[in-house]
Amino acid sequence: MQLIMVSRRASGKKVVKMIRTRRKRPNRSRTVDIILTLILGLFGIFSLLPLIFVISNAFKPLNEIFLFPPRLFVYNPTLNNFKDLFIIIGNSWIPFLRYIFNTVFITVVGTLGTVIIGSMAAFPLAKYNFPGSKVMSNLIVYSLMFSGAVTALPNYIIMSKLGLIDSYWPVIITAVGSTLGLYLMKNHMVQIPDSLLEASKIDGASEYRIFWSVIMPLSKPAWITLIVLSFQSLWGTTGGTFIYTEKLKPVSYALSQIINAGIVRTGVASAVALIMLIVPVIVFVISQSNIIETMATSGIKE
Amino acid sequence: MAVGQVLSLNKANKLSKKNKYLEIWRQHKEKYILIAPFGIIFVCFTVVPIIVSIVLSFTSFNMLELPEFVGLRNYINLIVNDSVFLIAIKNTLLFAIITGPISYIMCFGFAWLINELPPKIRALMTLVFYAPSISGNAYLIWKLIFSSDMYGYANAWLMKLGLISEPILWFDTKEYVMPILIIVQLWLSLGVGFLAFIAGFQTIDKSLYEVGMIDGIKNRWQELWYITLPSMKPQLMFGAVMQITQSLSVAGISMELAGFPSVEYAGHTILTHLYDYGNIRFEMGYASAIATLLFFIMMFSNIIVQKLLRRVGE
Repeated sequence: MQLIMVSRRASGKKVVKMIRTRRKRPNRSRTVDIILTLILGLFGIFSLLPLIFVISNAFKPLNEIFLFPPRLFVYNPTLNNFKDLFIIIGNSWIPFLRYIFNTVFITVVGTLGTVIIGSMAAFPLAKYNFPGSKVMSNLIVYSLMFSGAVTALPNYIIMSKLGLIDSYWPVIITAVGSTLGLYLMKNHMVQIPDSLLEASKIDGASEYRIFWSVIMPLSKPAWITLIVLSFQSLWGTTGGTFIYTEKLKPVSYALSQIINAGIVRTGVASAVALIMLIVPVIVFVISQSNIIETMATSGIKE
Repeated sequence: MAVGQVLSLNKANKLSKKNKYLEIWRQHKEKYILIAPFGIIFVCFTVVPIIVSIVLSFTSFNMLELPEFVGLRNYINLIVNDSVFLIAIKNTLLFAIITGPISYIMCFGFAWLINELPPKIRALMTLVFYAPSISGNAYLIWKLIFSSDMYGYANAWLMKLGLISEPILWFDTKEYVMPILIIVQLWLSLGVGFLAFIAGFQTIDKSLYEVGMIDGIKNRWQELWYITLPSMKPQLMFGAVMQITQSLSVAGISMELAGFPSVEYAGHTILTHLYDYGNIRFEMGYASAIATLLFFIMMFSNIIVQKLLRRVGE
C-alpha cells in the first residue's frame, strides 16, 4: 500500500513525501488502491464539509455570514457569536444554569442507571443457562429490530398513569430500558472464560461478588462503551413530549430555541451547534479504542 | 374412590409443580435478582407498550374517555380512506429502500477501506465518518446549505457557476424535498453499525488470508467475498438491524428541515403521520394502528434481511 503525504516544512517549501509501507498482502493492484483511496477521501470531505461550515460559521463576523457568494472558511475570526450567545443566555427567563443542571442530572443518573442495571442483567444472560434466559436473550435481539418511536405513545400513556410526566424520570427510564447497551455488554461478557467464574466459586464467592470483582473489571471496555453511547443519546435530549415545564427542560432544548430564532442568528446558532457537537466528539476520541474493542463482539450469532 | 384418587394425584402434581418452581428459584435466585431491575423496566416500557399499542389499534381512544372497540376500522381507514397515509408509506419505503442499502454499503465499504490504513490514520478516519452521527443538531447546517435565498450555499454556488439564474426554493419544491432528506440521512447514517464493521475487520483471523492465497484467491474482491464477508457475518447482521431500524424511522430530520407538514407532504413519513395523530390530534387508537403497522414493517424487513444475510459467502 502506498500513501502520498504532502507536508509543509518550516521553510514553507512543499515537500512531497512518499511513504512506502511494506505491502502486507500481495493481492493488491496499485491502480485500484489509488481509486479506492480517492473515493474514501471524497466521501471523507462530504462527511466533514458540513461540520467545517458549522465550525467556521461560529467564528464568522456578521458581514462574512452575509457574504455573496458565501465563503467556506472564516477570514477574520471573532468570538462575537459566543459573546452574543452569553448575552442571550444571560437574559433568558429561566437562569441558564438551571438548564445545564437539568441536562447534567438526566445524563449522569441515566448513564449510571444504564450501566449498573444493564451490566447486572447482562452478566447472568451471558454466562448462565437457566429457565427464561434464552427467551430473554431473544427478546433483546428482537427489540433491536424496531425503534423506540413505535412504543412512544403507549409509553406516554403508561408514564402518565404512573404520574411521571413532566419530570426527569421518563427520559431516564427510557434510556435505562434501551436494549442496545445491554446487548453489547452481554456479547462482550460471553468471552470471559468460564474457568475464572468456577475458580471464584470454589473460593466461595457469591454471584454478586463474582459480578463485582470478576466480571466488571474484565468488561471495562464494554461499560465504557455503554457510558459513551448513553451519554451521546442523553446529552442531546430535548425532553420531547415528556417534559413541558420550562425550568425542567434540558440545555439542548433551550439551545434549539436560540437556533430557531432565524437567519440573523446564524452565527450564534453555529456557536451553539459547535458547543453541542464538540462534547460528544471529545468523549468519543478519548474512548475510541474501548468502543472498537466492544464492537468487535457486537455480531448477531445464528 | 376413583375421584378421590384423581384429586390427590392432581394435588400431588400441583405440589410437585410448585416444588419445581421453588427448586428453580433456589438454584438460580441470584441470577433472577440481578436481572430483575432491567427485566421490570423492559417489560413495563417495551413489552407492555407493544401489547397496548396492538390492543389500542382496534379501538377509538382520545385519552379522556375510555377506549371503545371498533374492530378493524382504524386499519381500514388508514389504507382505504387516508390518502396522506399512503403518501407517508410511499415516502418511507422509498426512503428506506434508497438510504438503507446505500448507507449499509457505505458503512461496510468505508470500514473496509479504513481497515487497510495505518492505525493512527485509521482512528482519524473513523472519527471523520462517525462524527456526523453524534453531532447532535449540527445537521441543521443543512438548512443553511439548502436555504431558499441566495445566501444558501447550494444556491450561491449554483448561481456563481451560472447553472441557475435565481435561487431554488429547495424545501418548498416537492421534487427536491426527498432527495435532500436522503442526502442528509446518508450523511448521518454512519453510526453504531459502522463502528461494528470497523471492529469486525480487526478481529478477522489474518492467517485465513494466507491460506486463501495458497488456495488461489487472486484479487481483493475474491478475498472480500470468500474470506472477509463470511468471517464478518455476525457483524453484518448486527449492522443490518441497526440500518433498517434507522432508515425506517425517519422523522426528526424531515420535520426540522422540510417543515411539518412539508410542502404537499413531500417529506411526510409514517412516523411524522404517527406524530400528527398521536401528539397533535390525540386520536390514540388511530395512532396506535399506525405504530403497530410500522412495528410489523420493521420486524418483517429485519427478519427477511437476516434470512438473506445468512447466505452470504455460501
